[in-house]
Amino acid sequence: MQKEILIAGFGGQGILFAGQVLAYAAMDAGKVVTWIPSYGPEMRGGTANCTVVIADEEIGSPWVLHPMAVIAMNLPSFNKYEPLVQPRGALVVNQNMVDRPARRTDLTTVFIPGNEIAEEIGDRRLLNMVMLGSLLAVFPVLRLDEVKAALQAHLPEKHKRLLAQNVAALERGYAQAAGITVP
Amino acid sequence: MPKELWKGNEAIAEAAVRAGLQAYFGYPITPQSEILEYLARRMPELGRAFVQAESELGAINMVYGAACTGARVMTSSSSPGISLMMEGISYIAGTEVPAVIVNVMRGGPGLGNIAPSQADYNQAVHGGGHGDYPRIVLAPASVQEAIDLTALAFDLAETYRMICMLILDGSLGQMMEPAEMPEMKPIVQREFDWAVTGAMNRPRRILSSIYIDPVAEEVVNFRLAKRWQEVQVREVRYKEYYLDDAEIVVVGFGTAGRIALSAVRAARAEGISVGLLRPVTVSPYPYSVIEELAKHVQGFLVTEMNMGQMFDDVRLAVQGRAPVEFYGRPGGVVPFPDEILAEIRRLASGQWSPDPDARLSWQKRMASVIQR
Repeated sequence: MQKEILIAGFGGQGILFAGQVLAYAAMDAGKVVTWIPSYGPEMRGGTANCTVVIADEEIGSPWVLHPMAVIAMNLPSFNKYEPLVQPRGALVVNQNMVDRPARRTDLTTVFIPGNEIAEEIGDRRLLNMVMLGSLLAVFPVLRLDEVKAALQAHLPEKHKRLLAQNVAALERGYAQAAGITVP
Repeated sequence: MPKELWKGNEAIAEAAVRAGLQAYFGYPITPQSEILEYLARRMPELGRAFVQAESELGAINMVYGAACTGARVMTSSSSPGISLMMEGISYIAGTEVPAVIVNVMRGGPGLGNIAPSQADYNQAVHGGGHGDYPRIVLAPASVQEAIDLTALAFDLAETYRMICMLILDGSLGQMMEPAEMPEMKPIVQREFDWAVTGAMNRPRRILSSIYIDPVAEEVVNFRLAKRWQEVQVREVRYKEYYLDDAEIVVVGFGTAGRIALSAVRAARAEGISVGLLRPVTVSPYPYSVIEELAKHVQGFLVTEMNMGQMFDDVRLAVQGRAPVEFYGRPGGVVPFPDEILAEIRRLASGQWSPDPDARLSWQKRMASVIQR
């Protein structure tokens, strides 16, 4: 059994790093994991993204056509991946960058004001951790404390001063999504 | 050693360092430049030789020279760059010195693109430089396998005084996976009886690929072939998945092989008796394994990121005992598991290709895709 998470948006929204944090947390939890940036079949059409596959056994394809969970940081990603999420999957959308409601009714879709929350905490670059926190609330592939521990353990030394803010962003995103009643 | 998250290209570079790499010569080209970048920092730290050459021709001939001293040497490049190295590769083979070469393949022919591809299979396994020379070719499918095979490559190259090439594609180069690095091996100056190290107090040695006398060159060719027979007996490596009761066998190497694994598992979940054979050494090729399977399976599906190159090797092993089908995505396009699953379902329902060469049927099925 494996779980696939695709994180998509514009370059500069911290997409690759959000995926790496998830991959580190999966590794530390003893899982098998692959992280791969936009570099394959999913490149057929536009947005920047990375795919993280987490499993208990040897992973086959590092890419999937229909991921179980998607974080869409902007409108092009929302448009592209909403139709591709597996039925009953999870979709976390950055509300501040989209202008339409969800079309699928068979998904757990949450709209998170990611940019607003990141700026409230003090840095718009925390968007990726806010959205990752929200994902964990609706798609519990790993526990929030496992991801927080991975940040603590693997954040490069020169960025350690940013740890508290990043953890706060994860927690705020998680709380925001957990507080939304989902169907 | 605990597992760490490694990117494929950097993992190969560090694995080479730990295997005792003494000198690296290269020239940047996407999608393998991280190997060169990593070693540009790491090798001087350790007091070892790193040279960014003026071109691929320079790099491979520096490898040639350093290899003649018995040092552990390596270069890496990507498809167009490897083509430029082919003259030097033939010279290295003709001189019977060991060298490790990494080809992170990209879409071609020509300048092509930087997307993942397996289109250099024939160049690596069957062709490349001029002349009759054997070479060992390893095809990793994961970051851990890339690490393990990099270390193995140096041992094989030295044992058989032969070129050992790793072929992978940019997706494995860019992918991150948890992997365990081997311990750092100390540099050992090996006392080879052929290496040119300065002829103080011993008879001089001459290393060359020139044999003006055809009779002498003929002897060399037979010697290379004899060594290759040993390699074929001892060094075939492959991985089997769900083959015990398989009626359909998918064959794929590297990235195409691991993508096929996902398709095979999905087909198994639907009740289809399908398995996967993933060659790890594509030269020497696991012919006898396929020959044995051909005696009791319904047929084979070869999947590659090219127009059907390893396909010929599978057919050679099967020798007409069973149908051999093909599904590929060339030019830098990577298949999704769903595409291979659809092919497995087609075969499970008995719809085998009508053409004697299944590549023709595949090209017809792909018509809607390639007219895009």
